[in-house]
Amino acid sequence: MTELRQRGAKESDASLQQQRSEDKGSDNELKADKDGVSDNEAKVDSGVPDVPVPPDDTPEVLNKALSGLSSRWKNWWVRGILTLAMISFFFFIIYLGPMVLMMIVLCVQIKCFQEIITIGYSVYHSYHLPWFRTLSWYFLLCVNYFFYGETVTDYFFTLVQREEPLRILSKYHRFISFALYLTGFCMFVLSLVKKHYRLQFYMFGWTHVTLLIVVTQSHLIIHNLFEGMIWFIVPISCVICNDIMAYMFGFFFGRTPLIKLSPKKTWEGFIGGFFATIVFGILLSYFMASYRYFVCPVEFNNDSNSFQVDCEPSELFQLQEYALPSIMESVTGWTTVRLYPFQIHSIALSSFASIVGPFGGFFASGFKRAFKIKDFANTIPGHGGIMDRFDCQYLMATFVNVYIASFIRGPNPAKVIQQLLALRPDQQLHIFNSLKAHLMEKGLLPALDDVVA
Amino acid sequence: MTELRKRGGGGDDRGSEADSDHRPQSDAEADADLDVDCKAEGADVPDVPLSTADTDNTPECLNKALEGLPPRWKNYWIRGVLSMAMITFFFLIIYMGPIVLILVVMTVQIKCFQEIITIGYRVYRSYELPWFRTLSWYFLVCVNYFFYGETLADYFGALVQREEPLQFLSRYHRFISFALYLAGFCMFVLSLVKKHYRLQFYMFAWTHVTLLIVVTQSHLVIQNLFEGMIWFIVPISIVICNDIMAYLFGFFFGRTPLIKLSPKKTWEGFIGGFFSTVLFSFMLAYLLSQFQYFVCPVGFNSETNGFTIECAPTEIFILQTYTLPAVIQNTLGWETVKLYPFQIHSIFLSTFASLIGPFGGFFASGFKRAFKIKDFASTIPGHGGIMDRFDCQYLMATFVHVYIASFIRGPNPSKVLQQLLMLQPEQQLSIFFTLHSQLKERGLLPPV
Repeated sequence: MTELRQRGAKESDASLQQQRSEDKGSDNELKADKDGVSDNEAKVDSGVPDVPVPPDDTPEVLNKALSGLSSRWKNWWVRGILTLAMISFFFFIIYLGPMVLMMIVLCVQIKCFQEIITIGYSVYHSYHLPWFRTLSWYFLLCVNYFFYGETVTDYFFTLVQREEPLRILSKYHRFISFALYLTGFCMFVLSLVKKHYRLQFYMFGWTHVTLLIVVTQSHLIIHNLFEGMIWFIVPISCVICNDIMAYMFGFFFGRTPLIKLSPKKTWEGFIGGFFATIVFGILLSYFMASYRYFVCPVEFNNDSNSFQVDCEPSELFQLQEYALPSIMESVTGWTTVRLYPFQIHSIALSSFASIVGPFGGFFASGFKRAFKIKDFANTIPGHGGIMDRFDCQYLMATFVNVYIASFIRGPNPAKVIQQLLALRPDQQLHIFNSLKAHLMEKGLLPALDDVVA
Repeated sequence: MTELRKRGGGGDDRGSEADSDHRPQSDAEADADLDVDCKAEGADVPDVPLSTADTDNTPECLNKALEGLPPRWKNYWIRGVLSMAMITFFFLIIYMGPIVLILVVMTVQIKCFQEIITIGYRVYRSYELPWFRTLSWYFLVCVNYFFYGETLADYFGALVQREEPLQFLSRYHRFISFALYLAGFCMFVLSLVKKHYRLQFYMFAWTHVTLLIVVTQSHLVIQNLFEGMIWFIVPISIVICNDIMAYLFGFFFGRTPLIKLSPKKTWEGFIGGFFSTVLFSFMLAYLLSQFQYFVCPVGFNSETNGFTIECAPTEIFILQTYTLPAVIQNTLGWETVKLYPFQIHSIFLSTFASLIGPFGGFFASGFKRAFKIKDFASTIPGHGGIMDRFDCQYLMATFVHVYIASFIRGPNPSKVLQQLLMLQPEQQLSIFFTLHSQLKERGLLPPV
């Protein structure tokens, strides 16, 4: 979302002029450059053919409504309206439920993949390479099949056991995924053409890095979602809030530049955004933790064959009394405060979103500068492509997943039973005895005779 | 190992040919290295100095001993001697046991990583980029820490639970690994320098793809090892055998070229190698299945703090009688044959090694042609770098791992127990009752 700040301040005609002068500059550099990327000191990274400036994509209706305003204000209004539209869409899909959310995550993933691969094509003029587009999409399909298969096996265990073809697919899932991937690998090797080896290897590497970034993290988002929709909504909202608040603070109070990579970011915006996001995170989690719809893990109900979000809220989502430290006691006059423990966790989440999240944005900025593109694509008018909006989200999704795995959740009981039943009988007996000893120690097994009889 | 065949036939001629490619073609360089459509491959790649890969690394003693022979025979002898040396080394480390094997795998992994990264540096002239070497090695350490931590927590569960700091590290392992990785990521972002963005991103991606290939697969090799040393020895031996047999068949009978990418490979070599590898693996599996040392999963004995390889061999390593199909009965005159089931599995492993394994070699060949290098490095005289020897092994390691996970092994009992103990008490109770009824049904629980 760095483009938000960079472009908001520029006039749109000034930006066009700048683009033209950049074009001229890079043409000169191209002529002067004879050694490819080797000679760095004398010139900027040249040799990247310019990605053509995308035409103005704003829908006609918006254009008409805003025809009276000057171009700068028009830009602001377009961005503002689209921002509100995206936020409303976000609320709408939350309302529609987990199934729709998964579909949306899948669509966003495919779109991000397409955007990055298209950049690779245009950077390397790889349009006409044999098989390449097919192979990229094929690898996307393979990796998605692998991940979705693992997820489905975990969460829909009983459904999978019931249907015979699903059971076979699930038992040999890794083997099938590997075989599919190998087919793609062999096709790649067979498609190597004599004069294009290097390009083909570049695109192969590009595809794999993109898959690593985009696909793995969209699956982590879905894992988070299954823990409870609050683990999906709060992180995404914190990142969005941090972007907007940092922009506002930077706009009103910004003075000291933050990093050379994104000249429009300021320390004032960064720090103001940090505090504002923490407060927002606390308030949002207070609001959401009271509803089961957000708090309960998403489960699949075998009888009704649909998702249900109904449960007994865990400790994390029950109001508890905390004694305030004495400093805050004197300030606010309260001795104790009732909080959800989740609100404490949300402080950790918002801190991450404000402090480390922007590095995802800097990474994407650096990437765009390296390949001389303004935006990843032109999907959202005024904002750029889907990747532009989601660049900070990816680090956040991984962090939330790791956070949950380390601090919140234990292993999945259904999965443990599944593994237990797949063991050999002597191993099962061994585990049974260990478990019995453990439970007896904890006093959970009332009387041995009652149980074993 | 494709270089084995290519250079055996015409090593010196190719060397001089490659040199002429590298004289820079000045006029054609209007565009940068990306625009390859209108000119030959040779014009656009910045010159990778071939000096290190080409230096004759042969030790002095060998040189002296082979002084009298013409260069072609000298080449053969060097390769032969080194091949025998490598195979002997292989036997030695097997004899020395699992810990040494793990250390050797780790060393090989680090060397392969270094070779590939060095190629990246040379291709992109990235020596002077700030922080870059540090960051590449840092990412290697992070990813290794993550994988080794996961492996250790699984296999050394008892040891880990005993020591307090290890327990803490194990419980928050993912978080710590992620934090370490993030620190590296943030350092990368902070190290982006204005004129070098593109190079830095390229090297970042190069590092990650290398990690993906080299590190994940070396860990799969180690996991295969823990299943039983036979799962480590047999696949590696099969790939080596396939290379050597395909070379010999190609040398004596080779006529039809196999693939444009590796012109010295032939269909005769391919098919001959396939059949001889299947036969070899069949016999090797028979030989190794009799020894507990190879067959038993590597376990860690908490009391002696050492690895123990002792167990009751599982079903696949116990001789069973198979009735031969009628066709073979007529030819051989036997009705039944006693085989280890593992030998049947080894047929599948060797089929994979012969049919799909070479694609790993073609991939590495294509990579070397794309970046105009002869060998990955010059570590082993006559053979090239470590990556040259291991390029076919990587696909094999992944295949064996997936094969074991799908067809042989169930889940790891100590890991299941560990997860069980981490659940909530109510969940533990419900699982306890489920297990209880299951075991009772099977009659495994003695009556009280």
